[in-house]
Amino acid sequence: MKSKILAVPYIVWMIIFTVIPLGLVIFFAFTTQNGNFTFSNIIAMNDYLDVLFRSIEYSVIATVICLILALPVAYLISRLARGKQGTMLMIVILPMWINFLLRTYAWMTLLEENGLINRFLGLFNLGPFNLINNSGAVILGMIYNYIPFMILPLYSVMTKIDKSVIEAAQDLGCSGFHILTKIILPLSKQGISTGIITVFVPSVSTFIISRMLGGGTNDLIGDIIEAQFLGNSYNPHLGSAMAIVLMVIVILIMSLFNQFGSEEAVI
Amino acid sequence: MKKNFVLLITLLLMLALFSGCPRNNIHSSSDFSAVNNAENKSNSNTVSMENSKNSSQSVNSINRDDVNMDTILTTLDKSMLSEYDYSKLKNQNVTLNVCNWGEYMAVNQDDYFDVNKEFEKLTGIKVNYKTFATNEELYSKLKSGGGDYDIVIPSDYMISKMIKEGLIQKLDFDNIPNFSYIDKKFVGLEYDPENEYSVPYTWGIVCIVYNKKMVKKEITGWCDLWDDANDNNILMFNNPRDAFGIALTYLGYSQNTEDKRELEEAASTLKQQKNLVQAYVMDEIFDKIGGESSAIAPYYAGDVQTMIDENPNLDFCIPKEGTNKFVDAACIPTAAKNKEAAEMYINFLNEVQVAYANCDYLCYSTPHTGVYSLFDEKTKANPLRCPPDDYLNEKTEVFINLSDETNAYTQELWNQIKIEKSKSPWLVPAFLLISIALTFFLNIRRSRKKKQDIF
Repeated sequence: MKSKILAVPYIVWMIIFTVIPLGLVIFFAFTTQNGNFTFSNIIAMNDYLDVLFRSIEYSVIATVICLILALPVAYLISRLARGKQGTMLMIVILPMWINFLLRTYAWMTLLEENGLINRFLGLFNLGPFNLINNSGAVILGMIYNYIPFMILPLYSVMTKIDKSVIEAAQDLGCSGFHILTKIILPLSKQGISTGIITVFVPSVSTFIISRMLGGGTNDLIGDIIEAQFLGNSYNPHLGSAMAIVLMVIVILIMSLFNQFGSEEAVI
Repeated sequence: MKKNFVLLITLLLMLALFSGCPRNNIHSSSDFSAVNNAENKSNSNTVSMENSKNSSQSVNSINRDDVNMDTILTTLDKSMLSEYDYSKLKNQNVTLNVCNWGEYMAVNQDDYFDVNKEFEKLTGIKVNYKTFATNEELYSKLKSGGGDYDIVIPSDYMISKMIKEGLIQKLDFDNIPNFSYIDKKFVGLEYDPENEYSVPYTWGIVCIVYNKKMVKKEITGWCDLWDDANDNNILMFNNPRDAFGIALTYLGYSQNTEDKRELEEAASTLKQQKNLVQAYVMDEIFDKIGGESSAIAPYYAGDVQTMIDENPNLDFCIPKEGTNKFVDAACIPTAAKNKEAAEMYINFLNEVQVAYANCDYLCYSTPHTGVYSLFDEKTKANPLRCPPDDYLNEKTEVFINLSDETNAYTQELWNQIKIEKSKSPWLVPAFLLISIALTFFLNIRRSRKKKQDIF
């Protein structure tokens, strides 16, 4: 009983600032400017289907690369001595102390045709390479900004893997590769699914990364939604419809990965 | 061996960093103006004798002699104020909410005239200053009732849209006597024909900024933005109104056309240009042009002046085909709570000294005759700050508010340029349904499984 009372402030908060606005978004998505019911906003989304699929494609690529990069890092950190773990984690989180916009802005000055990277390569008479204003730069921006969200849940699961489990496997003659696939990965499944969600969800809806690093030719669905509310094509109804479509996709992905997590818990 | 290799890489990286340092190509416009101010100030303080000589040399500007040019950019000179009762709302705890473009007023700069602080000191009214990034953002703030502002400074076409929708109210010009300073050329323009709603704040034209070292040919006008010689070095506006304005002028049509055929033609020209364009940008232009990553771009005159002052390799071109003239003006929203204080603020903005300090900070052109007569000869001769009258009359156009259909159609064309379209209209709804069904299926299966496990 007591625990329920303690939750009241948060529930009130959630109703006022999450449930009601969500209802408004749904209301907007299915009405015209005069308040009549319509499907036209959802159908108008067709024009932006390519952008939507591009956003999903980019964020899937970013999530997969994040996962591949984060797995060894998280594992190595979790195997360190306690004191060192704290330091290493701090290094992982360190970039997040700096404002998100500034971090992305910094990549602009690195990747530009006259940026630091091209100038460094220029010392060896290489380049200049076209590093910015393409899809690669956008995906790089996503990976850079969201990789801590992958490392942290992986790390927190992996620290719980007992060293003796791995030693036991080694004792029984398990090869290094099989330790990874049969022990470490299955035991950190929960962390993987959390990490995938925490990276995929913000990257599929990001808008400023694509604007700054994509040069305005790689617009993602987040950019288009932003333009409906604050930009030149002011149309909150269409923007809401887009937000709903995006939300459905996110919920789908989340329940997909929750599935794996819970199956693991059952076994 | 490995360690040595790592050391070598670190060393090289550091080297590269150092080689990058002296270039120092990142300056926000505010940084620049702060530096500029400091320079101005040291000049005027240490060489004040020379300065007074200089100002006496500029014979035709009588005003310049009457005014203390040493301190005009630092503190308010009460003797320069017009006759106006600025103290009538003192001690009444009035707060004024001002919403202006970002980086569009002299505020919060060290050792420089601060419009809001001086206004607060003079009147006892507290100013709550906020900024917006696009006209549409301001529009959505006013339209949704979220913005509780007493003063807004939108651009021409947005003003006429706001008038049409009743978002801004008529001004009482008896409370704004300094309106008499406004040049008659800027009174009663298309967006506010009777000039009942707005007081012009700044104006300017859209022109071309380019890098003298990077372009291969002489730059003359918009045609150079479609020239293969500048392939992958062109930046373009990332908003449909300005982009279509340029394309329409390039084709010889009116920027305010509502003719679908002309708009379609402009769209196909823009599509052609897309292969040459390096990026579609707005404010990112400062880094890309300033850092010499791109060679040529259209932008607003005041900002072009700022970029040129920063990088001597840059130059400007006033397009021969004609261009867009924009006017930003102060207005009072219908929902404003302190109309009287707001009118006092507008009047204060048009005090000669305040307008001069603002203008000096912004580098935009001014509609204020008092400020114009304070300009030195160099500024008056600069076509970026003071474009010649003939050109303005014959070659420039002010945006007016277009019909909703035209706006929607332009937006549609713009989307076609930037993103490809798909055909079937039922793809998204079908996709949505499948997604929702799948989500339900997954969740139900999961909860069933859980139940099974419990038993």
